[in-house]
Amino acid sequence: MSDPTEDIPEVDYVEGTGIPIRGNDIDTDQIIPARFMKVVTFDGLGQFSFFDLRFDDEDNEKDHPMNEDRFKDANIMVVNNNFGCGSSREHAPQALMRWGIDAIIGEGFAEIFAGNCLALGIPTLTADHETINALQQWVDDNPDGTIEVDVEAETVQYGGNEISVNVDNAQRQALVEGIWDTTALMKANQNAIQETANSLPYV
Amino acid sequence: MSSGTLYDKVWDRHKVTTLPNGQDQLFVGLHLIHEVTSPQAFGMLRERDIEVARPDLTLATVDHIVPTADQSRPYTDDAAETMMSELEENVRDAGINFLDPTTGDQGIVHVVGPEQGLTQPGKTIVCGDSHTSTHGAFGALAFGIGTSQIRDVLATQTIAMEKQQVRKIQVDGELGEGVEAKDIILEIIRKLGTEGGVGYVYEYAGEAIEDLGMEGRMSICNMSIEGGARAGYVNPDETTFEWLEGTDYFQDNPEEFEDLKPYWESIQSDADAEYDDVVHIDASELDPMVTWGTTPGQGIGINDPIPAPEDLADDKVETARRAQKHMRVEPGETMNGYDIDVAFLGSCTNARLPDLRRAARIVEGRQVDEDVRAMVVPGSQRVQEAAEQEGLKDTFEAAGFEWRNAGCSMCLGMNEDQLEGDEACASSSNRNFIGRQGSKDGRTVLMNPRMVAAAAINGEVSDVREMKEVNLA
Repeated sequence: MSDPTEDIPEVDYVEGTGIPIRGNDIDTDQIIPARFMKVVTFDGLGQFSFFDLRFDDEDNEKDHPMNEDRFKDANIMVVNNNFGCGSSREHAPQALMRWGIDAIIGEGFAEIFAGNCLALGIPTLTADHETINALQQWVDDNPDGTIEVDVEAETVQYGGNEISVNVDNAQRQALVEGIWDTTALMKANQNAIQETANSLPYV
Repeated sequence: MSSGTLYDKVWDRHKVTTLPNGQDQLFVGLHLIHEVTSPQAFGMLRERDIEVARPDLTLATVDHIVPTADQSRPYTDDAAETMMSELEENVRDAGINFLDPTTGDQGIVHVVGPEQGLTQPGKTIVCGDSHTSTHGAFGALAFGIGTSQIRDVLATQTIAMEKQQVRKIQVDGELGEGVEAKDIILEIIRKLGTEGGVGYVYEYAGEAIEDLGMEGRMSICNMSIEGGARAGYVNPDETTFEWLEGTDYFQDNPEEFEDLKPYWESIQSDADAEYDDVVHIDASELDPMVTWGTTPGQGIGINDPIPAPEDLADDKVETARRAQKHMRVEPGETMNGYDIDVAFLGSCTNARLPDLRRAARIVEGRQVDEDVRAMVVPGSQRVQEAAEQEGLKDTFEAAGFEWRNAGCSMCLGMNEDQLEGDEACASSSNRNFIGRQGSKDGRTVLMNPRMVAAAAINGEVSDVREMKEVNLA
């Protein structure tokens, strides 16, 4: 049998520039409103990221970091607490990924959202409020400044600073070893799956 | 870590192996799918040339985009028609049972699973919908998943997960008049925060929970996710077994009921189970709750003052300021008297038969305020049919409510049922997020079904306890 983890990239390191998205409890309805989910593929969702916060009723741009030229090429999002709460829609991280986001650093993430990010190979890294605030401010002042995310070492470097961040153990291992796409990995355990099924009284 | 809880026992029974990344691979007993989050997963399977592993353990329904007024095909909304057609094709190709609207069994995924007798204690249940936590009311371990995980489940009937901590929420005391399950969960979320449950599964216990019927328990487990907990459950008891025994499935298979009951009893949390955390709530102190803001954690008793943002925890101040601006409310005011334009009685939280019955007792003999458009959207075709037979449809229509067909409807505004402009809505649903009900300027006030009925009649958020109930019996 072929190696079930082949072709899945290792995500041990992300480098790029940042974009700050401030506020606690930013829900997935904000990240992508439900009306843009009336689709049968994820293609083209990037343009709808934070749509209602970025555009008014006449489709004029509102003040939002994603509308600012200086953040147009950003790939590392810096957010606050409980980011991605609410709906389980994978459309949310899909939209962010298709907009260009490769990693998200924040105070905290809703669980389903973080799991969906992992399934796409997007690391979600956490640090405390002060650390995140300082990073958001630095990104604001240095939109072209390079941020280096070391997933394995759980560090972020920017502007001569190095901060410690936390990555959930299983997430870190999955990303670093390139085993974050679990379909083939789990499918390889056919016999054990069948044994478990056979042991359950209701199956 | 916890031990001896239902969560520990069900987890252990379903664990296939530990994966190289440290996550556990769990067998999935029931996979529920719907039209919004599954098409991409089927697409991924086709790309990889993988078949659906266990169509026999998969059940499909259509709920999010289904029109609740005219359901004739093709749907007038092309996008909705495309999604429905895609689901029909996927389930046909895979041989998955599909409760489409022609079956009489269609409805919101978290209403139909229990109705069909498929939501059972000690099962693992997943669905691409965060309110899958609802099924925990039966002592199932149930959680929402993303589309890539749906692909995993379709392909393997298993899921990769990390074990979480267990927090017991002990709700003692008796609920007062006019206070319901919905009010308990809004209080829990207010108290513990919208992120308080991250990393936890909630076990709801205590006298007030045991006193609830299955529908009330479902309302509570349903909103676990609004408190950050991916799953919540109630230990199965006689109330649970009675519901199951009454389903068509176990009426047709009585010997299976007897066979499974020992298993259901065996997975109950032990009397000396250990929990990672325990929280106490006194049900007797609760008033009917309403939200004043734009997260489900921003709730208060109907006659309590809206808090000043600066009096809240530091990390809640900014969110509260934004919320109060959006809702146009001031600290110190109460929500009692807040003008509404729309009343929505529906959703996977509160659109089951007892919910509609209780609301009908408030509505009976009264008229919806002339400035309010009010709608009832039953949670399923079965709820709809039963309610119509009891005369509830007539009660609601006589009062000026629209009586619709089953679906998610205005809970998330993916069909034609949406708020317009800055309309304010008294809603029995689960989320008051900005834009949630279809208009980014819309304002949602969450409350229990009787409170929605009262708001519809009075044209403003009201204390239902001040309205005399009509006894329909």
